[in-house]
Amino acid sequence: MTQILTCNDVKVDFDGFFALKGVDLQVEQQEVRFLIGPNGAGKTTLLDVICGKTRATEGSVFFQEMEGSIHKLEEHKIALAGIARKFQAPSIFPQLTVLENLELAMKQKKTLWHMLFAKMDEPTKEKIEYTLEKINLTQERNRLAGFLAHGQKQWLEIGMQLIQDPQLLLLDEPIAGMSGQEREKTGRLIHDVSKECSVLIVEHDMEFVRNFSKQVTVMHEGKVLCEGDMNTVQNDERVIEVYLGRGKTHA
Amino acid sequence: MAKSTKISFSILFLILALAPLLMSDFRISLLAKFLCFAIIAVGISLIWGYTGILSLGHGVFFGLGAYAVGMYLKIQASPGGIPDFMQWSGVSELPLLWKPFANPVFALFMMIGVPVALAFIIGFFTFHNRIKGVYFSLISQALVVVFVTLFIGTQELTGGTNGLTNFTTGFGVYLTHPVVQKVLYYITILILLLIVLISLWLTQSRAGKLLVAIREGENRVRFLGFNPTTFKVFIYCVSAAFAGIAGGLFVLQVGMISPEMMGIIPSIEMVLWVAVGGRYSIFGAVIGAVLTNSAKTFFSESYPDMWLFLLGSLFILVVLVMPNGLVGVAQSLYAKWFRFKTSKKAGGTSYDANTNLQ
Repeated sequence: MTQILTCNDVKVDFDGFFALKGVDLQVEQQEVRFLIGPNGAGKTTLLDVICGKTRATEGSVFFQEMEGSIHKLEEHKIALAGIARKFQAPSIFPQLTVLENLELAMKQKKTLWHMLFAKMDEPTKEKIEYTLEKINLTQERNRLAGFLAHGQKQWLEIGMQLIQDPQLLLLDEPIAGMSGQEREKTGRLIHDVSKECSVLIVEHDMEFVRNFSKQVTVMHEGKVLCEGDMNTVQNDERVIEVYLGRGKTHA
Repeated sequence: MAKSTKISFSILFLILALAPLLMSDFRISLLAKFLCFAIIAVGISLIWGYTGILSLGHGVFFGLGAYAVGMYLKIQASPGGIPDFMQWSGVSELPLLWKPFANPVFALFMMIGVPVALAFIIGFFTFHNRIKGVYFSLISQALVVVFVTLFIGTQELTGGTNGLTNFTTGFGVYLTHPVVQKVLYYITILILLLIVLISLWLTQSRAGKLLVAIREGENRVRFLGFNPTTFKVFIYCVSAAFAGIAGGLFVLQVGMISPEMMGIIPSIEMVLWVAVGGRYSIFGAVIGAVLTNSAKTFFSESYPDMWLFLLGSLFILVVLVMPNGLVGVAQSLYAKWFRFKTSKKAGGTSYDANTNLQ
C-alpha cells in the first residue's frame, strides 16, 4: 500500500521546551492508526503540526502527491488539501443549527463568491441527509448545535469532518465523555470511514484501542517509542516501563 | 426569511411611508436623519452582531461618504467654483483633489469608493495578521483620531473644524426646498429598504452563516478550509459602504458635515444604537437607531438640563438588563408565550431555532 502521510524528523520547540523531539511517522492509505502514550508525550502536538495549527520548528510533513512539505502552509490550505481535524473539545458552531453546521463543513468551493450564491440543491440535501443518518442526528437537524448533548456534539463534529470527504482524518480523543453504547457506535463509524480515508486517532481509552485498532504507535516524551499491533505494543518492555514506571496502569 | 422579520419590516416601512401625512416637516427632516443613521446601524449589525467584530470607527466611513458628497455641494454653492474657506486661506485655484468632485456622478461614486477602499486596506492588514477582538477595536478607534486630526489640520482642503456647510443647490435642485426635502426623505426610505433587503439576503446566504461561524470560532473555520480573512474584509467593506451611503444622504438633508460628526463620540454612539435595538438582528439595528435618536431628541427637548444623564442611564440600563437589545426582549417574550401555548396544547415543549436567532 502507498503512504498518504509521511512525517520526517518533526521537531516542535515551544520556547526551549521540545514538545516533539524528532518524530517519524507514516500512515498508509485506508489505515486506522492509533496514537497512544502518557500525558505530555506530544500526541496532540503532532496532530496540531499535521493540520497546521502549530508550526514545526524542524522536519517535514508530506501529504499524498503534494509537492513539498505542507508544514508551512496556512491552515485552510491544508484543510482544502484533504486533511480534516477533530479537536478534543467539541468545536462546533453552537448558534447554528445541526444542518447549517454540516452545510458549511461540506466539501465545496470555499470561496466568498461560492458561499454567497450557493443554493440548497438536491445533491447537497442528499449528502447532508446521508451524513445526518450516519451520525444519528436526523431528528435533530433543525436544533441549534449548542443544545445538543455532549456525545451528540462529538458526533456532529465527526460528521462535519466526514462531509468534507477528507483523505486523512485526524481525531483527538473522539470518545471522550461518551457512554459505553456511544463508544461502540463511534468505533464502528470510524471503521466504516476507513474504507474511504485514512484515520489517525489519539486515544487514552485502552479498551477502545484494543477493540478497534490494528496498528498502534506509542509516543513518549516527544518521540515515537514503538509501533505494531496492540499485542506487540503491550508486551514491549519499553512501553511497560513508560506506563508502569510512571505509575500509570491503564496500558 | 423568518416570518416575524417580514412582518416587522412591512409594518415599519408602512409607517415610514405614511409618516409625512402625520408629522410636521421639521419632524420629517429629523426622521430622515435618523433613517440615515439606521443605514449605518444595519452595517454595524452585520459586522458586530453577525461576525463578532466590534468596530469603534464607523464614524470615519460615515464622514468620508459625507465629505465626498459635501465637496460636490460646496463647489456648486461657491460662486467662481472656489469654496469660501479656501479663499480665506488665500487659495486662488481649486485644488487638484477637489476638481473631480465637481462632477456629481464622481462624487456619488467616491461616497462609496473611498470608505470601501479604506476599509479594505485597514481590514486586510489587521485581519490577515490575525489582529482581532479588542485590539481591532482599538485600531478602529485610532483610525478615528487619525482622520479627525487630519481633517482639522488641513483646513485649506477640508474646511477644518467648521467642515463643509452653506450648501444651496445640488443635482439641479434647491436642497432646502420643502418638496426636495420630502423627495429626499422618500429616497432615504428606498435606500434603507434596499440595504435591508441586501443585508437580509446576505445573512441568509451560506456566506452569512459562515459569518456567524467566524464569530463563534474563527480558528475552527480555518480547519474547515475557509480563509476567514476574505470574509471579514468583505463584511467590513460592506458595512463601510453602508456608512458611506448614509453619510452622503445625511449631508444632502442636514446640509453640513464637520470632523466632530465623524469623531469618537458619534462612532461609539453608532454602536450603542445597535446595542439598544439588538445587534443580532437587522430589524433591531434599524429600530435601535431610530428609537435611540428619537429618545435623544425627546430628552433634549423636554429636559434640556439633564438629557445627557437620561440618555446615559438608558444605555446602561439596556446593556445591563437587555444584552440582546429590544429585539432580544421581544423574542424571549414571544418564546415564553409560544412555549406556554404549545405546552398547554401538546403537553410538551418545542424549541425552534428561528425564535432564538432571528
